[in-house]
Amino acid sequence: MDYSKELIDHYDNPKNVGSFEKEEKGVGTGLVGAPACGDVMKLQIKVNNEGIIEDAKFKTFGCGSAIASSSLVSEWVKGKTVEEASTIKNTDIAKELALPPVKIHCSVLAEDAVKMAIADYKDKKDS
Amino acid sequence: MSNNSQDAIYLDYQATTPLDKRVLDSMMPFLTNEFGNPHSTTHSYGKTSANAVEKARKSIADIIKTGNAKDIVFTSGATESNNLAIKGTAEYYGKQGKNHLIVASTDHKCVVNTARELENKGICQVTYLSVDEDGIVDLKELEQAITDKTFLVSIMAANNETGVISPLKEIGEICRKGGTLFHTDSAQAIGKIHIDVNEMNIDLLSISSHKIYGPKGVGALFVRRRPGPRVKLIAQMNGGGQERGLRSGTLAPFLCVGMGKACDILMEEMDQEIANIQKLRDHMWQRLNSELEDIKLNGSQEHRLANNLNISFSYVEGESLMLGLPDLALSSGSACTSESLEPSYVLREMKIPPELSHTSLRISIGRFTTLEEINKACDDIVKAVKRLRDLSPLYDMAKEGIDINSIEWAEH
Ligand SMILES: Cc1ncc(COP(=O)(O)O)c(C=O)c1O
Repeated sequence: MDYSKELIDHYDNPKNVGSFEKEEKGVGTGLVGAPACGDVMKLQIKVNNEGIIEDAKFKTFGCGSAIASSSLVSEWVKGKTVEEASTIKNTDIAKELALPPVKIHCSVLAEDAVKMAIADYKDKKDS
Repeated sequence: MSNNSQDAIYLDYQATTPLDKRVLDSMMPFLTNEFGNPHSTTHSYGKTSANAVEKARKSIADIIKTGNAKDIVFTSGATESNNLAIKGTAEYYGKQGKNHLIVASTDHKCVVNTARELENKGICQVTYLSVDEDGIVDLKELEQAITDKTFLVSIMAANNETGVISPLKEIGEICRKGGTLFHTDSAQAIGKIHIDVNEMNIDLLSISSHKIYGPKGVGALFVRRRPGPRVKLIAQMNGGGQERGLRSGTLAPFLCVGMGKACDILMEEMDQEIANIQKLRDHMWQRLNSELEDIKLNGSQEHRLANNLNISFSYVEGESLMLGLPDLALSSGSACTSESLEPSYVLREMKIPPELSHTSLRISIGRFTTLEEINKACDDIVKAVKRLRDLSPLYDMAKEGIDINSIEWAEH
C-alpha cells in the first residue's frame, strides 16, 4: 500500500507513546477497537485544573494507519480544552494522513478513542 | 523504503520464484529463431517446436514419475489446471449421475472458489473438509464423506500459506478404495517433496511453472490414463483440439520449454536444494524463537515444506510489522494486507484465533536465499517486533497478566 509521507513519519517516529496511571487525577482513558478485528487503541489524556489537556499518551496495536492516526490525535488534543478536543473529526485525521479509503476506519477509531477518553475523564471527575 | 525491488531481500518464494538463468537460456531460441507453431508439423519449423515441447512434456512427466508423457496437458498455470480438473470432471461425471465433490477448506482460492461456483450453479454438491490445528485434513472425515455419488476429491499437496503437507499416499488410498478420483494441487509441492502419482494413487495433479523457477503463464495438468482408472474430462476450452482435445489453443513453446528445463534442474538438484533450504529455514526459526518471546509457528512443524515459516508475532499487527521491514519482501495473513479486510481463511480454518492471524507473517525462502540474507532478516524482524511491542497496549496487558479474552471489546 502506498502511504503518505505524513503517515510514514508518524509510524516511524510516533509521538506521545506511553501510559499514565489510570487512577491518577485528571487522567481519562479511552480503549477502543478489538484484538480480533486487528486494531486496539489506548489513548489517555491528562487534564489540568483549567480544563486544558496538558498531556496525552497512546499505545496502539494495529496497522500503520492505526498507529499513525493515534499518534496524530495524541498531538492534536494537547493544549486543547476538553470541549475543543471533543470536536476532532475523523475526516480531519483521514485528510491529514491521506488515508486510503480502506483505512478510513482507523481514523474513526482514533476519533472514538478521544471521545471515550474525555468521557472517562468526566466520569471520574463527577464521581 | 527501497524503491528498486532488487534492493529488498526476497522472502516470498511461495508467491513466485525468480526465473533461473539456465531456464531463460533454454527458452531464448524459442523467442528468436525457432518460432514455429508446434502444431504445424508439416515442416521443419513446426517440427522443431513440437520436438522441444514433447521433450518438455517428458521432463514434467518425470518429475511426478508418470511413465507416460501423454498424461501431461499444458495449461496457463495451476489456476487453469485446477479449474480444468474440477470443472472438467464435474461435467463429465455429472452426466453419469455423480454430483458430489470433496475439497479441503484450506485449499487455494482457485480450488475453493471453483467448488463454490459449481455449487452455486447447482452442478454439484460440495463437502469442504475441515483441518486440525496442524492444518491437516482428518482422514476419517474424508473416508466418511465419500459416497457413491462422489466423483472427485481435491486436496492440495502443500499449502501456500503454511507449507503444511497433506498425507497424499493415505488420501490416495482412501480415494481408490472409495471409488473416487483424486486430484491434488501440487503448485507448492513440486520440487520440495517427492511425488509419485502411481505410488500415491493420484489421478489428476496441477503444476505451476512460476513456483519452480520457470516462467510465469504456463502450468500443467496430469490426467491419468493408465494404470488405474482412466480419467475422463470435458474440455473447458474448445478449438483446434490440441492437448488431446483437453485444452485447445496454440502452445507457447518458449514457456513449455522453460517449464521443462525447470523440472530437469529439479531432477538433478532438488535433494541438495531441500537440504540447504531446510538448514536456512531452521536457523531462522531458531534465531527468531530464541530472541523473541511469545511467537508461534502456525501449522505442523513436522509435516511442512522446508521453505516455509508462518509465524504469529503476538501483540504486533502484521501489516504494521511489514511496514517496519522495508528491506524485506514477504507477506502477511493479516486482514489489513487484503482487499477484503478479512484475515487469512487458512489460519481461520486451523482454529487460530483472529487476534493471532492478524499478527502473522509468511516467510518463504528458496534456491537463491543466503545465510547473510537470513541473518539480516532475523535482525530486522527482531528489532521491528520489539519496537512495535513497546507500542502495543496488548503487550502491556500480557505483561500485567491481563487475559485479553476477559475484556469486553467493542467489535467493529
Ligand atoms: C497452491 C496454489 N495453487 C494454485 C496457485 C495458482 O497458480 P498459478 O499462478 O500458476 O495460476 C498458486 C499460486 O498462487 C498456489 O500457491
